[in-house]
Amino acid sequence: MEQKTKVTAEDGKQDLMITREFDLPVELLFKAHTDPELIEQWMSNPYATSKLLKFEGKKHGSYQQQSTDANGKVVFSASGVFHDIIPNKKIIRTFEMENAPLGVQLEILNFEKLDDHKSKLTTHTIYESGVLRDQQLKMPFAQGLSMAHDRMQEIVSKLK
Amino acid sequence: MELKTKVHAEDGKQDLTITREFDLPVELLFRAHVDPEIIVQWKAIPNTTAKILKFGGKKHGSYHMQSTDAQGKVVSNVHGVIHEFIPNQKIIRTFEVENAPIGVQLEIYDFEALTDNTSKLNLHVIYESGAIRDQVLKMPGASGYTMGMAHDRMQEIMNKLK
Amino acid sequence: MNLRRDVFQAIADPTRRAILLLVASQAMTAGAIASNFDTARPTVSKHLQILTECELLGQKQNGREIYYHLNAKNMKEVANFIEPFRKMWDDRYNKLEEVMKKYKPKK
Repeated sequence: MEQKTKVTAEDGKQDLMITREFDLPVELLFKAHTDPELIEQWMSNPYATSKLLKFEGKKHGSYQQQSTDANGKVVFSASGVFHDIIPNKKIIRTFEMENAPLGVQLEILNFEKLDDHKSKLTTHTIYESGVLRDQQLKMPFAQGLSMAHDRMQEIVSKLK
Repeated sequence: MELKTKVHAEDGKQDLTITREFDLPVELLFRAHVDPEIIVQWKAIPNTTAKILKFGGKKHGSYHMQSTDAQGKVVSNVHGVIHEFIPNQKIIRTFEVENAPIGVQLEIYDFEALTDNTSKLNLHVIYESGAIRDQVLKMPGASGYTMGMAHDRMQEIMNKLK
Repeated sequence: MNLRRDVFQAIADPTRRAILLLVASQAMTAGAIASNFDTARPTVSKHLQILTECELLGQKQNGREIYYHLNAKNMKEVANFIEPFRKMWDDRYNKLEEVMKKYKPKK
């Protein structure tokens, strides 16, 4: 089966590309990135609720987002500024995760209409360095790892 | 003679660093980058007049600078957003020249006090691609020499404020 | 007689992934690696053997000690590091699609 979301990260570079085709008209795909309520919906998952503390979805606006777990603990917070927003075409923004030593990223989101019901999103993320990019790439990997460790710990403590 | 402003661009990368030491306290070096009246004096393209239409010198602020020629014709529009703003230490911002085919760049300015009267600027510029960076490097305005002239101008302007 | 093992299978195991992360920053001896786990030493040795067989780990003799390091040449195959990152975005985008398909513009 071909994978819907593709990540390209060339060796030794400091950027990466995420591409994905959607069964959505480009207008809706774009709206999903500029309507705060919608963003909160799709950025949330069973483990964390996403909230936009600030969202000025316009050229030179800024945003601040936060995710909390079931106990209300903040598990993720990030902020940045919109360099440019061109409806149904392009979003250029900065992104920085708080409390993570990953620096600032420049993100360029390109929205493309494929037909009346299909669209494509290409996200080009540029890091301060290749080392930081690789670190970011490994993060979900490391998180999965620590989750696995926690589960293991749980199981082991029950055996005690 | 060694150039005071050094440009370091590694082969095959999409970023570059510009470093320069100034005979200025770090506060004045920083001010030269955030005071609109001073910026227009040293950042203007030769033979043009620069005007700052918008300048939000704060975190999550934005800026817009316009240059006009002697006839009043607009020759360039530069704009961007300020991601981070720490007085006398750091500025992170985006930068784009409208209608120029070089995309957007991320600029990280580090200001460092060397002594009470000298300071160092470390500017890290990251482009959308290595090809764009190389193209910019070939433009006359990007050489260490031209950039050095702007920095010389800045040093002169700031000397008066010492 | 080395059995060439499948890289995917090798990194499917959480302990082996943890070992790869450990040696990614610096070469380590089997003892130093094992000290990071509660698992029995022979179990760690077995993991090291598997990772070495599929050439994700390399060995270098230094005096009496053998150091394990991440095999840079095979970093491409370790592009599988990217898989959890890709999966994260895939899940997010699936959700986006789901949310937007239900979306009715308020007019």
